[in-house]
Amino acid sequence: MMDDLTLLTLSKVREGLRSAEFTSRELLEAYLARIELYEPSLHAFLYLNADRALTQADQADQRISAWRKDPTEPLPPLIGIPLAVKDVLCVKGLPCTCGSRILEGFIPPYHATAVRRLLEAGAIIIGKTNTDEFAMGSSTENSAYGATHNPWNVEHVPGGSSGGSAAAVAARFAPLALGTDTGGSVRQPAAFCGVTGLKPTYGRVSRFGLVAYGSSLDVVGAFGKSVADVAFLFGLVSGPDALDATTVDLPVPQVRLSDEPSLKGLRVGVPKEYFVSGIQNEIERSVRAAIDRFQELGAQIVEISLPHTKYALPVYYLIAPAEASANLARYDGIRYGPRNPAEAMWDIYYHTRGEKFGAEVKRRIMLGTYALSAGYYDAYYGKAQKVRTLIKRDFERAFDQVDIIAAPVAPTTAFRFGEHSNDPLAMYLEDVFTLPANLAGVPGLAIPVGFDQAGLPVGIQLMGAHFAESTLFQAAHAYQLTTSWHTLFPDQIQRA
Amino acid sequence: MIEYEAIIGLETHIQLNTTTKIFCSCKADSWNDPPNTNICPVCCGLPGVLPVLNRAAVEKAILLAAAMHAEIQPVSYFDRKNYFYPDLPKGYQISQYNMPVARGGYLELPMPDGTIKTVTIQKLHLEEDAGKTKNDFGRRLIDFNRCGVPLVEMVTAPDLRSAEEAAQYLTRLRQLLRWIDVSEANMEKGHLRCDANVSIRPKGADYLNPKTEIKNVNSIVAVRDAIQTEINRQIREVELGHRIEAWTLEWDEDKAVLRKMRTKETEADYRYFREPDLLQLVIDDQWKSELLSSLPELPLERRHRFIQRYGLPEYDADILTNERSLSDYFETAVAVYQGDPKRVSNWLMNDVLRLINESGIPAGELKLKPSYLSEIIKMIDEGIINNSTGKTLIDKVQTSGKPPAEIVAEEGLAKVSDSNAIEQVCRTILAENPQQVTNYQKGKTGLIGWFVGQVMKQMGGKADAQLARQILEELLKE
Repeated sequence: MMDDLTLLTLSKVREGLRSAEFTSRELLEAYLARIELYEPSLHAFLYLNADRALTQADQADQRISAWRKDPTEPLPPLIGIPLAVKDVLCVKGLPCTCGSRILEGFIPPYHATAVRRLLEAGAIIIGKTNTDEFAMGSSTENSAYGATHNPWNVEHVPGGSSGGSAAAVAARFAPLALGTDTGGSVRQPAAFCGVTGLKPTYGRVSRFGLVAYGSSLDVVGAFGKSVADVAFLFGLVSGPDALDATTVDLPVPQVRLSDEPSLKGLRVGVPKEYFVSGIQNEIERSVRAAIDRFQELGAQIVEISLPHTKYALPVYYLIAPAEASANLARYDGIRYGPRNPAEAMWDIYYHTRGEKFGAEVKRRIMLGTYALSAGYYDAYYGKAQKVRTLIKRDFERAFDQVDIIAAPVAPTTAFRFGEHSNDPLAMYLEDVFTLPANLAGVPGLAIPVGFDQAGLPVGIQLMGAHFAESTLFQAAHAYQLTTSWHTLFPDQIQRA
Repeated sequence: MIEYEAIIGLETHIQLNTTTKIFCSCKADSWNDPPNTNICPVCCGLPGVLPVLNRAAVEKAILLAAAMHAEIQPVSYFDRKNYFYPDLPKGYQISQYNMPVARGGYLELPMPDGTIKTVTIQKLHLEEDAGKTKNDFGRRLIDFNRCGVPLVEMVTAPDLRSAEEAAQYLTRLRQLLRWIDVSEANMEKGHLRCDANVSIRPKGADYLNPKTEIKNVNSIVAVRDAIQTEINRQIREVELGHRIEAWTLEWDEDKAVLRKMRTKETEADYRYFREPDLLQLVIDDQWKSELLSSLPELPLERRHRFIQRYGLPEYDADILTNERSLSDYFETAVAVYQGDPKRVSNWLMNDVLRLINESGIPAGELKLKPSYLSEIIKMIDEGIINNSTGKTLIDKVQTSGKPPAEIVAEEGLAKVSDSNAIEQVCRTILAENPQQVTNYQKGKTGLIGWFVGQVMKQMGGKADAQLARQILEELLKE
C-alpha cells in the first residue's frame, strides 16, 4: 500500500497530507523505499539527503497537525513534499559537484533562488541528481561519477543532461525534480524517461545559484508526473529576482488549468523542418497522432516554417562553448575544489584543469576558446550571434501565425549506452530539435505521447512565445485529460 | 645636435569611492581592513553566482565622463575580458570593450606660459578591479578584498610632451576627481593608478617610435621622475645608435631606477565577449540630466571666473581653486565681506591656508567659518582691532569656535584709539629713553618705528599704531 503513495499526483499528495490520510514521513519513506530498491540499478542521485529529509518530514508533519487544529495560518504550498534537485543547482550545505571531479567536496554556502523559493514553499530536498559534467551532454554518460540508467530499460540512457532528475521522477524516487535546460537538457530526458518536463522562458526563473554553463541559454526547469504538477512548481519558482539581472520583471500568471478538454481557437503550428528524414519512424507516428488529438480537441493545425532551424546546431555549438569557456575559467583549484599541487603557478592550472575536467568539458572549453580568439571571433562567435538573431526572428514570425508549435523532442528514443559516446557529433544531433528554443529564449514543454516498439517512451515538444508558458500548459493539460501516457510508469525496474 | 621631444600617453585606473563594490554589496574600500574580510560568493567567483550592477558606480562614472567632456552613451555594454590569474577569481574581468559608457573627452591643462594644453581621452570605461597577489617567502598570498571594487579606466592619447606635463595631467586629474567626489584619488593608496607609455622622436617629426611602458608608479613625483629617467635613457640609447625596444619597465622608487619587467610584449588575446549576466546599460535622458544637474562648476571654469569676476591674479585663483571646499570658502567669505576680494584672498592664502595645512582640517570643516573670517577683516578695516590682533584671532576662533567679536569683547582686544591714553604712554617712553630721543632729533628718524614698538609693547599690542606714530612725531618735534 505504501508504494501507492509514489503514484499520486501533486494535487492528491497535497490533499492527502492536509487531510491526514498519510504523513509527510510516510510519503518520504515510500519514495526512500523505492530508492533503496532501485537506485543501485539507476544511479539517479549523486547525493542522497535521506536523514535530513526525514527530520524535515517530521517537522512538516508537526506543522500540518498544528494547522489541522488551528488553520488560521495557511500551510506553505509544498509542505512535506519531497523534491530532487539537479546537482548543478546550489543547495546551501549540500555538496554540489556538477557531475565533475573539479568540484568534488564543494559545498555552497547559499541556495539557488529556485531552490530557496521551493524550500520556503515547504519542499523537502531528497537528494542531488546526476548530470552530465557541467550539464554538457545528452545522456549523463559524461558524469564523472558514472551514468544514470533509464528506468524503462537500464541498458538505455535516461537522456541528459538532467538525466538524474528525469529518471528520479520516472522511477518514482521523487514526485518533483528541478533540472536545467541549456540546449534541451530538461525536455530530452523528460521524453526519454516518459515524464513531463518544462523549460521556461529565458529570464522567467532566476539563474542565481545555477552553476553556469551557457549563461545566455541556461534556464532552470522542472520535472513532474503531469502538466498540472509542473505548472504548479513553475508558479512557485518563477518571477523576478534581485540576484539575477536577466530575470524579467513580469508577474507570474496564476495558471488555472481548465478541466474542460477543449482547445477551440488554439492554433498549433507544425514546423516542416522538424519532420525530416533521419527521425525515428515511431517518433513521427506518435507525434503526429498527438497533433491529431489536438485537432480533435478543437485546435487548428497550421503547417509553418522555421527556415533557420538547420543552423541551430552549429550556432549553439559556438555560443554555448564560448560562454562555457569563460564560465568554467573559475575552476582553477585556488579557492575551492581539489588542487593538483605543483611547483610553478601555471602548472597548478594545467594539472588541476587538465586532470579534473572530463573530455567533453575540455572539448567544449577548447571549442569556445577558439571561437572567441582574435582572428576567428568574427567568423565564428560573431557570425553565430547574427544567425541566432535570425533564429529568434523565425519564432517571432511563427508566433504571429500560431499560438504554439508542436514538434518532436529528439530524433530518437533513449539510445543504448555507448551508442553515441564515441561520436560527439552524433551525440550533438540528439539536441537538434531542442536547441532552437534555447537560442530564441522561448519556453518548451515535453510530455509523453507514446512508446516505440522497444517500449521506450516518446515525447512531444510544445513551444510557445516568450512568457506564454500558460498557453503551453493549457494545451498539454487538455491532452493529458484525454490520454493516459503520463500516468504510465515502468512496472519492473531491473535490479542491478 | 638633434633636439628630441617625448611622446607620452597615460593609462589611469581610478577607484570610485562608492560605499559598496560594483557587482555585490561588499564594502568597497578595504584600506584599513585585514585581507579577505570584505568578500562574498559573488566577488570571489563561487559557482552559480551572478553580478548585479551597482547604480552608484555607474553614476560616478557618468559624472566623471561629463567632467572630462566625454560623450555619455545612451546604451553601453559590459564585456568579459578573459585571462587566468589567481587573483582574478572568475577567470575573467567584467569590463567594457567596444561599447563603453562614454566616448571621447579631454582634460585641459593650464601651462606655466599661460596657454592651455588639451589632452584627448581615447578610452573611458567602467570595470571591476582584481585582487592582490603577493609573494611571501616562496608562498603566494592572495587578498580578494579588492575584487569587484569599481574602477574607471581612462587612457589619454599620446598628447603629453614632457615628464612635467604628465605630472601636470595627473595633478589636474586628481584635483578633478576629488572636486566632483568620485574618487579619493590617493595614488599612494592605489585609488589612482598610472602606467605611462613613453617614446621619443626628433622635435617636429610626425612619426612615432617604439614605446616603452612604465608600470607600478605610485605618486605623481614618481611618475615624473620615472618618465624623465626613461626619456633620458631613450635619448642616450638613440644617440648611441641603438634601437628602442618595446619593454615593460618597473620603477624602483627607492633607487630611482627603471627595471625591465618584460621584453617585447606580445599582444594578449583577451577574447572579449558580451557579459551575458548583465543587461545593456541604458542611461536615459532623465537619469542623465538628474546626474548632470549635480555636477558642480569645474575647477578650471571656477579659476577663470575668479579671475574675471573678482579680479584675482592667476596665482591666487589657482591656489584658491586647488580644492573645491577652499574655493567655496573664498566665495562665501567674499559675499559676507562685500569689500575687496583680493583682501579676502590674501587672508586665505596666508593665514587660513596655514591653519588648514597645520591642522589637516579641510576648509569646509573649519570652526573659523567664512563669515568669521570676513568679520575679522571687517573689524580691522573699521579700526576696531589692529592687524596683528586679527592674525591672533584666526587661531583663537578656530580653537574656541566663538564668534570673533565675542572674543574681542571678552579678552579686551579692541584697539585703543584714545589719543590722551596713547599720549601718556608716549611721554613716558620718551622720558625713559633720552638717548634715543637725542639720536632721533639729530636725524636718525628711522627710530620712529622703535618708539612705536615700545608704545605697542607697553599697551599690550592694542594701541592704534597710526595714531601712536602721529603723536610720537609731534612730541619729538618739541
